[in-house]
Parts: sequence; structure tokens; C-alpha cells
Amino acid sequence: MFDFITFRWDGEFALSILPQLLRAAVITLQATVVGFALAVVIGLAFALLRRGPRPISWPAGFVVEFLRSTPLLVQLYVLYFLLPAYGIRFDAFTTGVIGLGLHYGAYLSEVYRAGIASVDEGQWEAATALNFGRLHIWRTIVLPQAVPPMVPAFGNYFIVMFKETPLLSAITVTELMQTAKIIGSRSFNYVEPYTLVGAIFFLMSYPAALLVNRLEARLARNR
Amino acid sequence: MHATVDTPAPTSAPDAGDPIVRFRGVNKRFGDLHVLRDLDFDVGPAEKVAIIGPSGSGKTTILRVLMTLVRPDSGEIVVDGEHLYHRRVGDRLVPADERHLRKVRTNIGMVFQHFNLFPHMRVLRNVTEAPIHVLGLSKAEATERATGLLEMVGLGDKLDAYPSQLSGGQKQRVAIARALAMRPKVMLFDEVTSALDPELVGEVLSIIRKLAEEGDMAMLIVTHEMSFARDIADRVVFFDNGQVAEQGPPADIFTAPSNPRTQEFLKAVLQH
Repeated sequence: MFDFITFRWDGEFALSILPQLLRAAVITLQATVVGFALAVVIGLAFALLRRGPRPISWPAGFVVEFLRSTPLLVQLYVLYFLLPAYGIRFDAFTTGVIGLGLHYGAYLSEVYRAGIASVDEGQWEAATALNFGRLHIWRTIVLPQAVPPMVPAFGNYFIVMFKETPLLSAITVTELMQTAKIIGSRSFNYVEPYTLVGAIFFLMSYPAALLVNRLEARLARNR
Repeated sequence: MHATVDTPAPTSAPDAGDPIVRFRGVNKRFGDLHVLRDLDFDVGPAEKVAIIGPSGSGKTTILRVLMTLVRPDSGEIVVDGEHLYHRRVGDRLVPADERHLRKVRTNIGMVFQHFNLFPHMRVLRNVTEAPIHVLGLSKAEATERATGLLEMVGLGDKLDAYPSQLSGGQKQRVAIARALAMRPKVMLFDEVTSALDPELVGEVLSIIRKLAEEGDMAMLIVTHEMSFARDIADRVVFFDNGQVAEQGPPADIFTAPSNPRTQEFLKAVLQH
């Protein structure tokens, strides 16, 4: 059935679309960085809310579980196609970044939770005995100790999120995948654009993964 | 020498004779365990009280309740004329909020069994952090105060070290300096030598001894070091089963305890 399709690598064509793909890679990176920054903030907020009194912690817990147990793609659709019906409308990139931030914020809140729980109870007690205010305890005593052990997990989620950004193509963000799709449907050559997308992802996430491993080893040594 | 336990005094205006700490009918349960039973207990200003007793008797809970680390189930605690867990509204007492706790807590300091130094801060900052951010001292004032205290505990050369670079005894001495920097009226010592290697116990005890000799700070010392308790305490309290079973000057308690439980306990701990 497929025997008349020949896979032939057109180097010239690949080279010609490379600049366009690299420009799209910048969009992918931007979405990852902004989305992750949002996730870092949202994750902390979720983690703190879940430590609050029940009327706060239960709804927060439900939202976190909901975000973690539904597909990101579905969440993106809801944000992009459903919310405008209620008058809430963002452009595709913003919607995508919010989606990434919420979804990964839910995951990061669990990382925060574990990190915060790893701070010895005695640190809270000493801080209370010295009469520090709540905010000061969080800012200068608990979080500075809770965050370093979280760094490897954060790094891993960053890479996972980076590799999930092609989902944003579903809501028309012209990141790498969407750009490859556009090139493919215009030229009927899919092999080169998709192969290049794979290569670009690999070339960025593999060194990042090595970096996270090194960081992890270093943190383990310092402990 | 110390306030008597059974005469209640008015709690409004403290004068020289009033206790600095007063427990009245304090109860605390952990599940089925009744750790403080209707505890009445006073500490005079500048009084040095050693609390001894079998483990699980609630000794540490007295300190933790006083430090507001554990909320009692019922009863009243008054520190320097002010209710700890209650606030006066008109002539009624209502449960205190965090703001009230912070106000009353300034009178109390605590040194912990496991030091609880802040591992990510250098020694000097461990001691200056609270004076700067809680008492509002300038950085220069706090540094001067901290340096003086760290020299007093023999660690003037460790200001820039991290806690992980110190021995247990050194850590505990930093913790003492850190608590002293807040200049509390009451200092709580919770089994401060129990986590130390035997050869490091002495250096910590000698500092507490020095504080006891020179200070007008009240001290509540939960300890297993009987000879230390005998040396420095004005009063020894034998705590058993959530209550004060027996108390008196160290000479009486250690040489002629009247309560059979005290006799039993002292026989057991002094044997080895």
C-alpha cells in the first residue's frame, strides 16, 4: 500500500525550512519559560492554600486533583474554546501559557508540599520561639530550606513541560509542531519538518536533562 | 526564696512578689494520654527551677505549652501579668489571636534538645536574625549584641561558620546565645544536653550554670542531669503523671524525698 511512497531526505529543503523552524523554537521556548514561571507561582499558591484551614484546603485540593487527573489537551480546549463563550478571551499564546501554568502548577504544588514537609519541625518551633512573624518564617527560614531539594524535580518537570508544548498546536499557537504542520501541508513534505522538530527537541532537552542530573548530584553532595 | 504554689495572686498588675509564670488548672491531652492534669505551677521572677521526672511524665509539655508550641486544652497561663492564651476584653477573657501571642511571647525564650539552628544561615546571622526582624534592632546593634553573646559562650571565632561545621556542644552554645539575644524574662531549657556526646555536656552546662549565677532571668530547666539540677536550681520540681508530685529546695528533694514516686525515680536515676 505504501510502496509508492519513497522516503527521500531532501537536504536542500530541510535547510530551507530550518530558519522558520528555529524561529518557532523560540516561541516554544518562550511558552515553556513563561508557562513554567507561572507554574512555579501557582504551585506555591496551591501548596500554601492546601495547608490552610479546611474551607480553603479542600477546594484547593480538589482543583489540584482535577488538574492533575485530566489531560492538558482537554484543559487547553476548555480555556481556548469554552471560556470565550463566557466572555473570557485571550490570544492563543496567552491561553496556552495559562494552561501550562495551571496544569504544571498542580504538579509542582505536590513538589512544594514534599519540600515543605521535609523541613524539620524543629525549625518551625525555633522560629516560633524567636517570635518571628508567619511571613518571615516562610520567607527566610522554611522556603530557603525547602526549595533546594526540590530543584531536581523542578528541572524534570521543566523538561517534561518543554516536550509537551506541541499540544499548544491544537489551539493554533505557532510553536515548533504547528509550524512543521504548516510547512508539511504547504509542501506535502512531512519527513523533513517533523524530523527536524524531533532533532531540535532532542538537542535542547538532552543537555537540559544532563544539567538537571549534575545539579541533583551536587545537591546530594551538599546535603 | 520562691513564690508559694497555693496562694493565687491577682493577675492584673505584676509587682516584685508576683510570679513571672503562673499555670492554673492547665490540661493537655494527646489522644488518650493526659499529659498535663489540672496543673497549677508558678515560677518566681529570677527563680531557677529544675524539672525532673520520668520520661513521658509531661515535663517537656510544660515548656512547650509555655512557648506556645502546643496549645493547652484548658486552664490559664499568665506570663509577667499577662494571659498567654487569652486576651482581656472588658472583664472577659477571650482566646488570644496570633498578634497577642506574639506580644506575650517576647518574654519567653527557649533552647531545644536538638538545637534547631537555622542550617542555611551562618552562626552570626542565626543570632542576629530575630533581634533585627522581631525586636527591630539595627544591624549594627544586633551584630554587637550577638558578637558579645557568642564570645560569652566561647564561640567568638565561629561567627562565619555554618551550623553543620560545628560540634553538638558548639551548636547548643550558639542556640543559647540566639535565645539570649532576645533578652527574655523567662528562659526554657528542654533537655538541652540529651542529644550531646557525653564529653560535650560539660561545656553547655557550665554556660547555663553561669547564666543561673549571674542572671535575673527566670529559668525553667527540664533535665536528666541530677547533679546539675542540684547545683543550680532554687527549687526542684518532681513531675509525674501530668502533675507536680513533689517540689522543694534541691537539698530536700535529693536527700529526703517524701513522695514514694520521687524516691523510686531518684533511686533509679542516681544508681548508674
